[in-house]
Amino acid sequence: MQVNSASEILRVLERNLRDNPKFLIAGLGVTDPKGVFGTTLGLEEKYGSKRVLETPTSENAMTGVGVGIAISGYRPLMIHQRLDFFLLAMDQLVNSAAKWHFMFGSQQSVPLTIRLITGRGWGQGPTHSQNLHSWFSHIPGLKVVMPSFASEIAGLLQASIDDPNPVVFIEDRWIHNLSVEANDSRIDQSIQLGKANICHSGNDITVVSSGYMSVEALKAVSFLAKHNVSAELIDLRTIKPLDLDTILYSVKKTKNLIVVDSGNEIASFGKEIIANVAMAIDVPLANPPRLVSLPDVPEPTSHGVIGEYRVSATKIALSIIEILCVDTPHDLIKKLTPFKEDVPDSSFTGPF
Amino acid sequence: MRAELDLERLYRVALRIRLVESRIAELYPEGKMRCPVHLSIGQEIPSAIFEQVKLPGDTAISTHRAHAHYLAMGGDLPRMIAEIYGKVTGCSKGRGGSMHLIDIEKGFLGSSAIVGNSIPVGVGVGYTKMLSEDGGVSFIFLGDGAVEEGAFYESANFAAVHRLPIVFILENNLYSVYTNLGPRQPTSRSLSELAAVIGLKSEKAEDSNFQDTFMKMQTLATYARNRMGPTLLEISTYRKLEHCGPNDDDNLGYRLERETKEFKDVDLVQRLEVLTGKSSQEKKKISAVLNQEIESAFEFAETSSFPSYVEASEGVYAS
Repeated sequence: MQVNSASEILRVLERNLRDNPKFLIAGLGVTDPKGVFGTTLGLEEKYGSKRVLETPTSENAMTGVGVGIAISGYRPLMIHQRLDFFLLAMDQLVNSAAKWHFMFGSQQSVPLTIRLITGRGWGQGPTHSQNLHSWFSHIPGLKVVMPSFASEIAGLLQASIDDPNPVVFIEDRWIHNLSVEANDSRIDQSIQLGKANICHSGNDITVVSSGYMSVEALKAVSFLAKHNVSAELIDLRTIKPLDLDTILYSVKKTKNLIVVDSGNEIASFGKEIIANVAMAIDVPLANPPRLVSLPDVPEPTSHGVIGEYRVSATKIALSIIEILCVDTPHDLIKKLTPFKEDVPDSSFTGPF
Repeated sequence: MRAELDLERLYRVALRIRLVESRIAELYPEGKMRCPVHLSIGQEIPSAIFEQVKLPGDTAISTHRAHAHYLAMGGDLPRMIAEIYGKVTGCSKGRGGSMHLIDIEKGFLGSSAIVGNSIPVGVGVGYTKMLSEDGGVSFIFLGDGAVEEGAFYESANFAAVHRLPIVFILENNLYSVYTNLGPRQPTSRSLSELAAVIGLKSEKAEDSNFQDTFMKMQTLATYARNRMGPTLLEISTYRKLEHCGPNDDDNLGYRLERETKEFKDVDLVQRLEVLTGKSSQEKKKISAVLNQEIESAFEFAETSSFPSYVEASEGVYAS
């Protein structure tokens, strides 16, 4: 039997509601018939409307309410179905949640988890698809988690809930459908925040990615492995804290670096990694490092142009072979992205 | 619960706040308190009345102008002064300054430099009081400027939906920094009526009417305490010094003549002295005792160490 990431999230939330009377979840839609892409379905019936809290459309105040709940000895988890709406909550995220522990002399911590879902489906466009993990990583006091695979999402979510600090947990909408065998031993492993995972070993080039980009990157490096290109893929899992050691160790070996970032290129987290490598590494790279990310352009809505805009396995694979100057058939690489770039697989029929 | 306002106590608490704030203003030019200070001189009464309404188990959260609220909640004075001096013995270990005061033991859960920022946090605290049924009330201090922030509306709305045990104490001092209410809000709209429409049981009082302010605050606190729903008390009050800093600011010429006559030149602490029938000798004696306490708080601050940078930087994340 297979389980997918959405059902894994539901399983973790259910387990915490069951085991910890101080755990509660809140968000617009947590009790609605769709249950935040299925990740909160049935929880209100079991645990009541006070701990499975439907909220007004008040992102900023509700984040502050979460801080107030967290400093009172509870463990709140708040959910936003689109990251873009959460931009209304920047005051409470940056000035309250992130700084509370520091600015009040480390007397109160804020164990608040914030699930943010990034859109990628049909025509999500300029204000429903933004990947702003780089913003959040800039703020001292926050941790930023970007799950990729179904086998790890439970471990990462549990670690975020258990962390005594505010954690921004960013889910690309397309990871929800990824699946794993229900009896896979990895699904209940505990994962330490700040520890990256090498999900494909290789010697020629290091590919660093996070979130859904790791899914695309894995397709790319797995394909290239069959064509004698040995790429090492590091899935960051958490971008803050950042596991720089694992990156440096790999780059020292491969002497080539590509960073894949699902955000816009300027001041991106991808460049943070490249800068860190440039400052820390004591061996010269064989080629200039490369960033594969979105241009300095908002996402266009039209599905006629989205393919050119988004980062896909094809783009990642092409970048790798370009750096390494290897000759791999382009027509095969194009087949890496068999669907239009506005669907994750043939089962996706929109609209959200 | 106190049935009647204790005027003697009101006088002593208000005078203590006045003397603390005056001493800060006096010593500020020495340049040892190097952070913004928003003094409560002129606005002592709402806090001093609150001091008689709060009960054990209550919590309070406040704004950039937090000194009076902190002291009324029983916050530790030496640690407040040390915080303003940037010392490691400060209530926030010198990381917060005047605008980020806290005394958890006394239920004073924090104050914020961003207008409206602490309101939802206080509502979250109120939500857990509803969950835990511990009987306490979450008091949230705010000013007239905060009512213009979306955070106030959003928070009041949520509090009303869940009938949370929260009392908003809205000190209306007419100004956001140096801007009068005129260009900020429709003149015909009352803040307490606005709050009532959102769903908070609301009253309006004037700080110069001690008895009435006390009775209304007491009634609204009892209402919230009995889990009837959130409440709001708007109290007209007036700041006598500049928005931020130790000085008189008449030179700026922004105050209306009427305000100067009716509010700035009226000293409610002095009025309490008269009302409680203090002889000048008694007055001196009370002030002397308070001043001694204040001097030792300043000495504590002066003689404390600065925090180490390493210790401060290690305090970003909880472990």
